[in-house]
Amino acid sequence: MNDRLVISSSPHIRTVQSVRSVMVDVLVALGPVVAVAVLLFGYRAVVTMGVAIFFAMLAESLWLRRLNIFGDGSAALTGLLLAMTLPPDVPWWITAVGAVTAIIIGKQVYGGIGNNIFNPALVGRAVLVVSWGSRLVGPIWPQPKPFHFLADISAVTAATPLAGEAEALGTTLSQIFIGNVAGCLGETSALALLLGGFWLLYKGHIDWRIPGGFIVTVFLMGTAFGGGFYNNSLTTGLFHVLAGGVLLGAIFMATDMVTSPVTPWGKLIFGVGCGLITMLIRLFGAYPEGVTFAILTMNALTPLLDKFTIPKKFGEVKQVA
Amino acid sequence: MIDNVYLSDISRGILKENPIFRLVLGMCPTLAITVLVKNGLGMGLAVIAVLTCSNVVVSSLRRYIPEQVRIPCYIVIIATFVTIIEMVLQAFVPALYDALGVFVPLIVVNCIILGRAEAFAGKQPVLRSLFDGIGSGLGFTLGLLVLSLVREVFGNGTLLAETKMAVQLFGANFEPMRIFAQPAGAFIVLGLLLALTNIVFKRLQID
Repeated sequence: MNDRLVISSSPHIRTVQSVRSVMVDVLVALGPVVAVAVLLFGYRAVVTMGVAIFFAMLAESLWLRRLNIFGDGSAALTGLLLAMTLPPDVPWWITAVGAVTAIIIGKQVYGGIGNNIFNPALVGRAVLVVSWGSRLVGPIWPQPKPFHFLADISAVTAATPLAGEAEALGTTLSQIFIGNVAGCLGETSALALLLGGFWLLYKGHIDWRIPGGFIVTVFLMGTAFGGGFYNNSLTTGLFHVLAGGVLLGAIFMATDMVTSPVTPWGKLIFGVGCGLITMLIRLFGAYPEGVTFAILTMNALTPLLDKFTIPKKFGEVKQVA
Repeated sequence: MIDNVYLSDISRGILKENPIFRLVLGMCPTLAITVLVKNGLGMGLAVIAVLTCSNVVVSSLRRYIPEQVRIPCYIVIIATFVTIIEMVLQAFVPALYDALGVFVPLIVVNCIILGRAEAFAGKQPVLRSLFDGIGSGLGFTLGLLVLSLVREVFGNGTLLAETKMAVQLFGANFEPMRIFAQPAGAFIVLGLLLALTNIVFKRLQID
């Protein structure tokens, strides 16, 4: 009885969630994406993911001088997310450099988990794209070979649909939706990404506003300006949403708790901004894809968005000057 | 630590008040031209020359320059020496002159040179100003050398490229990490080096 009358300082309500449980949930959400990547690209996908996860965990445990290499799971997640953004035929040493960069430059120099300004996995990818661009952003991509685990995927190469040659490849929207197209490991299958996204929504780890704002903006921009260069049946906004890294970025990257706004309006503006910058780069920029740089740019604006969109407290009235 | 006032003037510019790692001054040329060791060394020598000369002249004129117009006077003095250096570079090492580009004339507005004139040479005797100029110039050159060394080795895979002593460090299959040769890499390397010097200075308790 006396126990119920204990008066203590806040917090009074505790959650069973921990950093580790959230990270494991996100790893589970990536399950379908990983499965599709392995189905399509075979052992190369396994190698890239393994190298990325191992070097990310190694870099973190060395930096923190911690023996438990898995730790809270955040390094493993960063490594896996980085692997998702890499082409299947990337050499292992590029993956390793990217993973170490993501952990050290992207996260630890800011003070570790929770303090980083930019999404670590995308920092790793951005550094790799700038350093070894020809190996990461095409124009030659390996064509997937579904269900051939040991197939040498680099034998047949093709341009990604986003490079504007979708009609030449005979790619249909349903192919892009299921994922049987050339591309980075984790971005090809819209279906698998959406499955993971709904799992995260169900678990409450992500808010609909960021992916929603992101995807709707890309759809609207694609519908409005997608003509001309992409003037065939794939010109629709739907093509721009499904092809390339929009879904991967919108569901798994932009929603990173540390680097996205916490206020409802901030989240919506963040998502719309990501979509706008992505489409500006895709339609008018030099790179065929702009999700990485769009999210990194919006990451930088996150503190500002949070500051200007603080919700009104219940009962608060406008201050009379 | 060091008794001789002239020696301490030099060592202060190199260590305790290193323009790049401690004062974080003159960042435009530091970030822009440190792609190759050759460029870093060339810029460093040019700054040593201008800084030493301008410090001496500013110091010797310090009693005649009115307080109210001292900045324009300093700029005129500095610009004179920069013009001389610019013409010398253009005449004798045109390749380096082209590589440094706009950053040679921009030495005029280099914060280190104006900073030393304002903070030191304008108040101190000529000989001390001379040694202060040499020290700060050496410190700046040292910073440029370290920065350009890291950027050249990783971003280009070479050492002392474009000189007679050029060395290809890694095999033919080496693909350099191009980001080090680009502006973004300059910021990353500078940030890491600043952090490193902070750690070293803290450990050695130089401050």
